[in-house]
Amino acid sequence: MFRARSIQSSLSIKDKILSIDYILVISIFILGLTSIIAMYSTDGGELKYHTKSHILRFFVFFIMFLTLSFIQIRFWHSQSYLIYFLFFILLLGVKYFGLTSSGSKRWLDLYFMNLQPSELMKIGLILFLAKYYHRTSIDNLNRIRYLFLPVVVLIAPIILVATQPDLGTALLIAAGGLTVAWLAGVRVKFFAISGFAFLALLPVAISFLKPYQKSRILTFLNPERDPLGAGYQIIQSKIAIGSGGLFGKGFLQGSQSYLDYLPEKHTDFIFTLFSEEFGFFGSLFILFLYAIIVWRIIKIGNVTRSNFGKLFCYGFGTAFFMYVVVNMMMVLGLLPIVGSPLPIMSYGGSSMMAIMLGLGIVMSCKVYKDTPVN
Amino acid sequence: MLSPSSGNTVIKSKLIGRRMFLLTAAKAIVTFGIIGRLVSLQINERTKYKTLSDKNRFREWKLAPERGVIRDFYDKEIASNQQVYQVHLIPENSKDIEKLFVRLKTILNITEKKLFYLRRVIAKQKPWEPIIVSDNITWSEFSRLNLFLHELEGVKPIVSVARMYPDNSSAHILGYVSQVSAKDLQTKEYLKDLHVPGMSIGKTGLERKLDEEIIGKIGFQRYEVNAYGKRIKQILINEGQAGKSFKTTLDFEVQKFTSELIKDKAAAVCVMDVYNGDIVSIVSSPTFEPNEFVHGLDKNYWNSLIKNEMKPLTNKAIAGLYPPGSTIKTLVALSALENGVIKPLDTFKCEGKIELYGEKFHCWEKDGHGIVNLRKGIQRSCDVYFYEVARKLGVDRLSETAKKFGLGKKVLNGFIEERAGVVPNTKWKKKFIGQNWYLGETLHSGIGQGYFQSTPLQLCLMTAQIANGGFEIKPRIIFDKKNNNLREYIKYKNENPNDPLPTDLLVSNFELKPLFKNQEHINLIKDAMFSSSNEPGGTSYRHRWENKKFTFAGKTGSSQIKRFTEAQREAEVKQESLPYKDRDHALFVAYAPYNDPKYAISVLVEHGGSGGKAAAPIAKKVIKKVLERHELRKRIDSLLGEQV
Repeated sequence: MFRARSIQSSLSIKDKILSIDYILVISIFILGLTSIIAMYSTDGGELKYHTKSHILRFFVFFIMFLTLSFIQIRFWHSQSYLIYFLFFILLLGVKYFGLTSSGSKRWLDLYFMNLQPSELMKIGLILFLAKYYHRTSIDNLNRIRYLFLPVVVLIAPIILVATQPDLGTALLIAAGGLTVAWLAGVRVKFFAISGFAFLALLPVAISFLKPYQKSRILTFLNPERDPLGAGYQIIQSKIAIGSGGLFGKGFLQGSQSYLDYLPEKHTDFIFTLFSEEFGFFGSLFILFLYAIIVWRIIKIGNVTRSNFGKLFCYGFGTAFFMYVVVNMMMVLGLLPIVGSPLPIMSYGGSSMMAIMLGLGIVMSCKVYKDTPVN
Repeated sequence: MLSPSSGNTVIKSKLIGRRMFLLTAAKAIVTFGIIGRLVSLQINERTKYKTLSDKNRFREWKLAPERGVIRDFYDKEIASNQQVYQVHLIPENSKDIEKLFVRLKTILNITEKKLFYLRRVIAKQKPWEPIIVSDNITWSEFSRLNLFLHELEGVKPIVSVARMYPDNSSAHILGYVSQVSAKDLQTKEYLKDLHVPGMSIGKTGLERKLDEEIIGKIGFQRYEVNAYGKRIKQILINEGQAGKSFKTTLDFEVQKFTSELIKDKAAAVCVMDVYNGDIVSIVSSPTFEPNEFVHGLDKNYWNSLIKNEMKPLTNKAIAGLYPPGSTIKTLVALSALENGVIKPLDTFKCEGKIELYGEKFHCWEKDGHGIVNLRKGIQRSCDVYFYEVARKLGVDRLSETAKKFGLGKKVLNGFIEERAGVVPNTKWKKKFIGQNWYLGETLHSGIGQGYFQSTPLQLCLMTAQIANGGFEIKPRIIFDKKNNNLREYIKYKNENPNDPLPTDLLVSNFELKPLFKNQEHINLIKDAMFSSSNEPGGTSYRHRWENKKFTFAGKTGSSQIKRFTEAQREAEVKQESLPYKDRDHALFVAYAPYNDPKYAISVLVEHGGSGGKAAAPIAKKVIKKVLERHELRKRIDSLLGEQV
């Protein structure tokens, strides 16, 4: 314990700055610039509201990410539960004071921005469970008594988010939480049992689905079912990506998005727009950047000494990967349209904030990789 | 406390590491899955999606081409185009179609029925496709529309061109244009890629015959449109191509003159150049107003046309079938001469009637013509003489000659309304009526009655071919420089102004095919026709021209509608006292001038009585008119000829 403290105290500012993972920082920065180019294109080649506000958000949260990198890993560990509860209270706040837009209540009006607490909860849950499983000994891990709390902290926000309704985010929150639990060593049989329970409850759950959600799932199974209605998005998105070909139609030349055939081009379908304008190689470029980011996050998980750090990095890295993959599979017509943004690329402050917060904690794990957390 | 806990931590680390490895493997698989999908969409299927994207992006609006113009021989437009004012409507640009209709009704003259039709069209087609509310509004309506345009969202005033006929004298031969019908689209191959809503196509006459070339090539405007169908920018405009214009052989002046002459009768007149077959005039009466068809026909007008018993919609010159009557006697005589059945000076005695095969055959002259030879037979149109000739000749040899001279077949190419008529013979009767030929029928055929059916155009052609010395010509109505090079002809004429054209020159220059065995026979017929018109006792003697310049040689004819009863014959009932429908058709064929034939003419007057009384006076006037314009025509002809 003494030795650990001495290591920590021996870190000079220079050491800290040098120990940052520059590959990760640069990849994020390049991705950010790419996202600005894409956003500029969605505005029809003019510096309009979406582009301006996206640039502002990216730089504000990028600086936040760099700043958070130097916060002690101990702080994140000690405040994990508090952060989770803070986010949970915000989620509750949405239920009572939230803003309603196109039929769902997801945002809190903070005057300078509309905050979407469900995005933050993606990080909050991973943080909570990382700490919980860090503290739980391997012997107790699979005792029913010790499963009780994780199930509660998992289920509670999911129910809140799912009833907003925001099925996509709810599923992604759950995915992050379950990943951490599984990584920590919770036995597969519990996942199997809950999986069966989930299947058993599925008919009940479906009865709670809104008609448009049901139609989205049916549409995914057969997009031609209603080509002008619910299937329209998938069809138009596939046309846009496919027509991009190898090299794309060129910057600002994406006719599908330019002529409004592509829905939600700022947010969920930003990859489609990029893919149409820059083609197969453009798509590979984006995929490559995301692969590097995920690889660096996992790499940091490997080098960080504490299990809290490992669990968070692995959990967040996997969740990050899932956000990317779910979004891409959605626009490529491999998953139903559930509404999930592409990290950093998509327009949206809360998503950007949550991702940068997660990346900040990851970077903190790198800077203080040898610091024990308790 | 520290050491077990740290041991525990290490085990846990390893467990986490192991599970993370599994997860990473899963991630790699998913990543490759996504790349695979990108390959399939962006590489393998890129052409398909490119097409789909373009289909989204571009939308084409077709533009109706301008129809070609039809001119007469002197380059006067006889079917031209005029500016028309139209009202188009793009449904998607209007917020409330019903409100718009109410507003439009106060500005334009639109019936409820039209609105009903428009609603049906709107429901059927895409909202961005324009519909034509009205295709011909007056200038005052058009200016009023422009005045209120700001209240009429979606309405577009358009200045377009439409067919216009300056005169209705040529209505039948020109035909008319009208809206494309569903049936036209099915049956006409060339309309498949050509159809634009509101486009007119030729329905009859020349307009129909020339439709494929005269209609032009369609143009289009390609626009980039957004997801809501709004035009963003014009990508391409193809003006299309105006249709080909045509010059005809018709003389508009003669058309008008002739049309005026016969306007109160159900009649037809045909005038043809005897050397090249150019139709100078072809008129049918009563005529109709072709302009009425261009912008949707008024129902009352249509009914009046349909109910008129003079059948104004029929082109009697090419679609009216009439027994040729005595006009066929020229061919009967010719056939008999050619086949050596009679000699020109052989005589028969006409006593007004003969009895053959147990049947009485009457001559139109009740008291008979006395001793008759060929020349007198034609001059007086003696029926008994021709009964005798026909009896000796037989119907099969007669039909052979008649067919050679253009009877019984269509002689003008590409006119759907043209009819072939009938040249009867024994085989024909067996085939179409299923009976054997009676000898008595040969006698009827010999004076152009019975089964004989011909059009005025065929009779004109027949006369022209006799007039030119017995050479085959093909009637033409589209001006054609070929066979029209009269340089040699003019040269010869300048050197030998008074001689007729030698046969070899005719044959080589006009590719004429002789229809005779001995041209002397033709000359005999021509001479007999001269006597019929210009010697006392001739059937059209009263209507001759003394002036050598206009002297014509003709043959009268009247085709019987109803058989005269013995009682009527005894009472000498006059044609004029019969009910209109029972009167004979009056026919007259001629060529002029006699000493140097240039034109042939045929005149038909339905229920006009005798040819000499009803048809010959008309022919007389038309012949003068045509010959007066001959110098002018030849001047243009030689000018055009020089260019070859």
